[in-house]
This record gives sequence, C-alpha cells and structure tokens, in this order.
Amino acid sequence: MSHAEELVAKTLSLVGDRAEAEALAHVGRSSLTRFANSFIHQNVSEDEAVVSLRVAREGKVASSTATATDDDALAKLVDATITLANDQPVDNEWPGFGGPADIPEVDHWDDGTAADDPADRADAVREFVDAGEGMLAAGYCQTETIHKAYGNTSGRQASGRYTTAVMDGIHRTSTSAGSGHAAGSALGDIDAFAVGSLAADRARRSENPFDTKPGEYEVVLSPECIATIAIFLGFYGFNAKFAQEGTSFARVGEMQFDPAIDMCDDATDPRALYTAFDDEGTPKHRRDLILGGVTTSLVHNRRTAAKGGVDSTGHAFFGGDTDGAFASNVFIREGTSAVDDLIADVERGIYVSTFNYCRVLDPKTLVVTGLTRNGTFMIENGRVTDPVTNLRFTQSFVDALGPGNVLGVADNARFADSEFGATLIHAPSMRLGRFNFTGGAAG
Amino acid sequence: MFDEAAAAVSAALDAGAAYADARVVVTRSESIEVQNQNLSMFDQSERIGLGVRALMGSSWGFAATPDLSADSIRKTGERAAAIARASTTVAGPAMQFADVPIVQTSWETPHEQNPFDVSSAYKTDLLVNVTATMQAVDGISIANGSLNFWDTNKWFVSSQGHRIHQHLLESGGGFGATAIGESETQRRSYPQSYGQYETGGYEVVRAWDFEANAERVAEEAVALLTADEMDERETNLVLEGSQLALQIHESVGHAIELDRILGWEAAFAGTSHLELEKLHQHRYGSELMNITADATLPGALGSFGYDDEGTPAQRVDIVKNGTWVGVLSGRDSAAVAGLPPGGMVRGDGYNRLPMVRMTNVGLLPGEGSLGDIIADTDDGVYMATNRSWSIDDTRLNFQFGCEIAWEIKNGKLGRMLKNPTYTGITPHFWGSLDRLAGAGEWVHWGTPNCGKGQPMQTAHTGHSASPGRFANVRVGVRG
Repeated sequence: MSHAEELVAKTLSLVGDRAEAEALAHVGRSSLTRFANSFIHQNVSEDEAVVSLRVAREGKVASSTATATDDDALAKLVDATITLANDQPVDNEWPGFGGPADIPEVDHWDDGTAADDPADRADAVREFVDAGEGMLAAGYCQTETIHKAYGNTSGRQASGRYTTAVMDGIHRTSTSAGSGHAAGSALGDIDAFAVGSLAADRARRSENPFDTKPGEYEVVLSPECIATIAIFLGFYGFNAKFAQEGTSFARVGEMQFDPAIDMCDDATDPRALYTAFDDEGTPKHRRDLILGGVTTSLVHNRRTAAKGGVDSTGHAFFGGDTDGAFASNVFIREGTSAVDDLIADVERGIYVSTFNYCRVLDPKTLVVTGLTRNGTFMIENGRVTDPVTNLRFTQSFVDALGPGNVLGVADNARFADSEFGATLIHAPSMRLGRFNFTGGAAG
Repeated sequence: MFDEAAAAVSAALDAGAAYADARVVVTRSESIEVQNQNLSMFDQSERIGLGVRALMGSSWGFAATPDLSADSIRKTGERAAAIARASTTVAGPAMQFADVPIVQTSWETPHEQNPFDVSSAYKTDLLVNVTATMQAVDGISIANGSLNFWDTNKWFVSSQGHRIHQHLLESGGGFGATAIGESETQRRSYPQSYGQYETGGYEVVRAWDFEANAERVAEEAVALLTADEMDERETNLVLEGSQLALQIHESVGHAIELDRILGWEAAFAGTSHLELEKLHQHRYGSELMNITADATLPGALGSFGYDDEGTPAQRVDIVKNGTWVGVLSGRDSAAVAGLPPGGMVRGDGYNRLPMVRMTNVGLLPGEGSLGDIIADTDDGVYMATNRSWSIDDTRLNFQFGCEIAWEIKNGKLGRMLKNPTYTGITPHFWGSLDRLAGAGEWVHWGTPNCGKGQPMQTAHTGHSASPGRFANVRVGVRG
C-alpha cells in the first residue's frame, strides 16, 4: 500500500459513519531546474503530501485540503470539514459519490525519472545550452513523481502512480528567438541536445525579421500552436458544464470541424501521462471528441453527468465544479505528410512556431486573440523564406479547424506545450487555409 | 516556528551553503462559489510547510516540505544545498547580494474583522441573495458569485540574522451575470472581472455593497445582447478604473520587473521592451503618467510589512512625469543591476521560490472626475470592466476586450456598444494619456491571479487607478 493509499484509508476511517465522504491524496516530489542567460538560475524541489476531503451530510457538502498529514492533523481536517458541511444549505445539484469501479491498468512510470537526481536535470540543461553554440539559452527541465490515491464511503477505490519529464526552452539572439520542447514519462527518453538544436535553428533562421502586413494568410502551424487550439477547444467547448449552460460552441453529432480532424482523450494510450482515474475516482477510458470532423462527445464530471443523465467520463478535478470537466490526455491524430511537404504546397503563407498569450473574446464563437512567438516565417512558393516579426491574430479556433480549412496534417505528432500545460496535448503540425492576423509589430 | 526555520537554515549552511534563508508558512484559505442560488463549492484549505533557499557561489537551490519533523527539516535544508551544488555545474557569473537592514520584528495586516470569524452561513447567504437578484432579471442564464479569503502566517529566518513574523489577511469577492444569445455570450461583473480583493478583513466585502449593484449588472448583461457592435476606428478612449488598473498591470507592471529586464524570464513570461541603460531617459508616457510601486498602501492587495527576503516594504517611483525611473527588484537582481533592492520578492506559499513580483503598481490620480472627462470629450468611447487581455512577451503589443462600452458624443454618453476591444503599442498608448480623474475616484484595484514562474506561482497584486482618457486609440478589432 502506497503512502497515498494509507492517507486515504486513514482519513475515511476518521470520518467513520458521521458522513458520506471521499478522500484524495497526492504524495511525491516535483523538481524543476530553470535556466536563463545560459546558466541555472532557479533550481527547486518540493516534497508533496496533500490530502483533500469532501463530505456530504443529507445533501450539505463541504471540502477541505491540508498538507499536514499526521494523525492529529487529519483528525482536525475531518472534524472541521464535517462541521463546515453542517452549516451549509443543501446543494441541489449534488450527484453523490460513485460506487466501486474498475480502473484501467496503466503505469506511466519510469524508475530513472523517479530517482529525482538534480544532476540529471543539470546535465540535460547543459546539453540544451551547448546545442546553441554560444547563443543565449533559457528554459527548464522538470521531473515529477507522484503516487495518487482515491477512496470514498461508497466503496470506490483507485490508486496509481506516474512520472513526467519535460525539457522546454529557447535560444535567442539580439533580434530573434527559437523554441524547442519535448515531454514524456521518462527523462532518459528526452534528447535535450536535439530539443536545443531545434530551438537554435529556429533562432538563427529568424534573425533580423521584417514587418509584414496583417491580414488573412494560409498558415502552417507547429504542434505547439495546434496544442494551444486544442486546449481552448477542450476547456470552452468539450466541457459538459459549459455545453449545459449554453456557452459552448460544441454541438454533438454535427460536422463542426474538417474531416481530417480526429481528436480523443485517452489516458490508456501507452504514450499518455498521469493515472487512468480522475479526482472523483471515475475510470478514464478512451473518449473520442472529434471523429472525421464530427463533434462526437463531451467530457463530464459527476455533477454534469448527473445533470445530463449520463455517466461521468472521468474528467473531474477536485474543487473544480465551478469550471467543469476537462480533457487532459488529448491526442490529435497525425497525418502521413512530412511538414516540409505541407509547406511545399503553400504558395504564400506564414509558418508559426508557437502562439503566445492567447485569451478568448467570446467562448461561444471561440474567437481568441494572441500573438506569434519564437520563430515566425514567410512561406513563398513552397519553401520557408524570410523571418517576420511577431503578429497578433484574432481568430475563431473553431473556424481554424473548420470544414475545408485543414489542408494538411503532418506526421510529427508529439507532446506540445499548449501555453497552459506542457504535457496535456499530443498534436501534429497542420496546414490551414485561412488564419486572421489583425496586427503587426506596429500594432 | 522560528526554531524550525532556523534549523533548516543551519542544515543548509552545514551542507556547504554560503547563505541560506527559510520560511515556515501557514496559509489558511476559504473559497465559496454560488451559481444560480446553489452553493457549488465551500472549500477550506490549510497549507503548512517549510521552504529553504541555499546559495552556493552564484548558484541557488530551493527545497520545500510539508513535513515539519526535525528529521525532515534537516533533510530539506541539506537538499536545498545539494540542489545549489548541482546548479553550480551550469553556473552564472559571480553574484553579489544587496545589503538590507537585518531586523527581528513582526507585522500584521490592519483589519477590522477576521473573515474566518464570520459564519459560513452568513457568507453563503450573501451570494445566494445576490444571485437571486440577478436571476430575477429576464434573460439572465447564469448568475454566479464568489468570496475568497486568505489568512497567512510567515516566519522568516536568514543566516544573516533576520527573524520576521508576519500575519497577512486578504479578503474579497465578486459576482457576475451572463446572458446568452444565438451565437454570443454577454457578461457583466462587479466590482470588476474576477472580483475585487484587498488586504484586510470582512469589511472589504461589506464596503463594496454587492446587493445594491446586482440588478444593474444583470440588466446591463441582457441589454448587451441587443446593443450595437463597435465600429473599428481610431478615437478617444476613456477607460474605467479597473480596466485601467489591468492596463497598468500588463503594460507597466510586468515590463518593469527587473528579472524580466535581465532575461531571467525570457523563455516563459518573456523579457521587457525596457533597457536598463535607458533608465531615467526612456519616455514611457505623457506628463500625466506618474507610477509608483508602493507596498505600504493601507488596504491595497499588494501591501505587506516585509518581502520574502526580509526587505522592508517601500514606495518606489517607477514613472515620473512620463519618464521611466524605477524597477521592481530583489536582493540579487538589484545587485546585478547596481540598484537598491526594492523589497519586491515574494513566493506563492511555502513551496515556491520567492521571485520578483509586483506589489502595488499604481497610477497616481489627476484632477476632476470621470464625468468631467466625458463632458470634455466630443467624440470617443467609454469602456468598462475587463473581459479579455493579451500582450506580447516584451509587453509592447497589447489587445484588451471589455465587457461593455458606450459611445461618447458631444460630451455625453450615447449608445451602449457590445464586444468592445482596443489595441496598441505600450509607449504610444501611454503617450496619448491626456486626462486622468482625481483622487475622489482613485481605487486600489486588486489582481488576485497574477501568474508567473515555473513551477507556476500566483501572486496577489494591487493597482491603484482612477479613470483616464487616451487619444487616437484603435478600437473595435474583431476576428
């Protein structure tokens, strides 16, 4: 039994028959080595032991979280949460706790990463920096080792473990920057020199950019850009809470995307990260969100599932009833073309390495504004030519992947940094017919 | 808790650190969410732990633990030193550590009523009643409200002799109404997007009188569905105070962070368009632009007694009559830049490395009122309450969306306009500031969700502002 499982069992035994309850525990270590100006300037490690408890008494619900996990602290946590619940009005939408469930067996884990040696992360940083051959490097190398356990008074139990590793950074010159990124469950599988080499190549090629006129362009977007689009589709669209409230664009059964788009959430994929159950102990099975361009389903927690008369899909986050459910193991199907082949078909367009600071203007249309960053290039007559300064776009992300607008999907799918998480989306590059740039370097 | 922090410092020094400091932090928080009169969340958290920072050569290591047993404390101090040693394998240039007063003291947020002493039912009832009022307006689909409170105790010890205890209280909340049309959503919020937060007790919530504003907010959200779209053009832009506060946060506050200017945030948050060589020369804005970073403002969300390096809270001039004159800094960044340390380093809880964060970066007030500014504007738009925000990695190119706008014609507010946006380039925009309302409408707006750093840290910052007018701004950009 892991320490996380022990904490869950102890917490539930302290609740006894005083209330219905669920307990969630995360125990492990997160470490991150950060570098800038080509040296390590921040290097941190955190031991983690967190217990979250939610109790319900006759529909009155309250929750608490604590980092103190000795017997006295857990007893205090339990007593305080029960008292708090007693003082609340009835939650009219309370779905109750789930009963026993079979959890898919996954083990996205690597012993070498779990060893958590700061020297390993420093070595990776050194390789990334060296790939730049004197350019200024900045970024981070992160490892995470977590045991997670769930239990409730209705008999549901789940436990699992995972490791994650991320190498992400830029090289820059006085006029340019280029980025590289890799992520997975094992630090040893990440070639930090290759990640640094990609960043360095983008930085070199984007030196001395020129201003180009904003307007509608054909684009080839990197996996990072597609991951950002997918994050917005997931949070604002496929989230059942927002669909039930009427603020989502998603209409299940309709062809809302190009036929080239298949997108699923699958914690059981061998490449996936994290556990195959959510923070309500609900199993995570493969869930197709878009198939052949058709919106096929939404993701639920227990609250939205009860409201919709369906089963939870296993996408709850503790304390997240306000924001709803969220897909965090997203895979977008890759195509068969090399990125260079996508570019070869573009007469005049723009290649974008990453998006930056994207924010939604209206969730229903999913019009988003943001900027390009870390390498933006003209594409002319089938090849990447001159670098251009960063551009601002104001563009519906639904329309970006809409019917007829996806002109090619590359064969280079990988975990890509979405701006809102480095390990949530596995995506390829894409060629899109129209993308609306609304501002250049001069505004 | 001083003993626990001191033990960690000793362990780091014994393991080879040249300098070490430690914080024991106990953060109690409460979060209440009500939607459509239904309590959807009442959550309390207590996060207790220790964070240790160790310096070896010019390299830092940081380790944190929630386990405050003697064995754990010692191991955490040693681990901070071991991590610093690993950092030395990819070391930077030699680094000085700017001197600050060494003090043994305590400090507490002034407050009237600890929010944790207010009954949970009373707080929930407020939100239930406010959402009921909004739901009573025809056309409102979603009415939600929230309250959040933080009660933090910190014990800081450094190997130079600091012993500082602080008790910080932060309180606030807000509400919003959403109306949903065929292909759009319209939302109005109060007191501002994501609510208003200040240092202090429950009196902060009482002062904003939620009940008196709920019906108006809901009616405006519904009215927006049938309002006209704003035309794209250049015009005079009058900004309501909370939107101007966010404008300050994004286009000034982050740009003046010394760690960004030095390139320490280049890969993630970004750098800055500001160059240190141009300090005291660079023209940031018009003569009306006077910005301070003031951690001593009573009630403002970014106020405290001492930062997380033990440096006293202070007021620093940032922009004076339009000229850039100051930065946000800590002991190491200030030393690198050859500037005095500003006492602006804070960590998000015990388990995050303290870093340069905004305190209260605010725009000093001008004269007159919003009404005077509108009366003196022949043609323009008035925008209120942020809805979206985006700015580039050097803090130059921005685009903001607001919840609501009204056209201004011949000194009067005219039609309501929906989906208002404006865009610009930082120095051009601030250079066009030509009117600023006075102290009577100057508010310490709070931002409780400022993200920065890896791992991500959330800071609570303040931005004092009164309404202001900017000339020749591009408005009405749409996708």
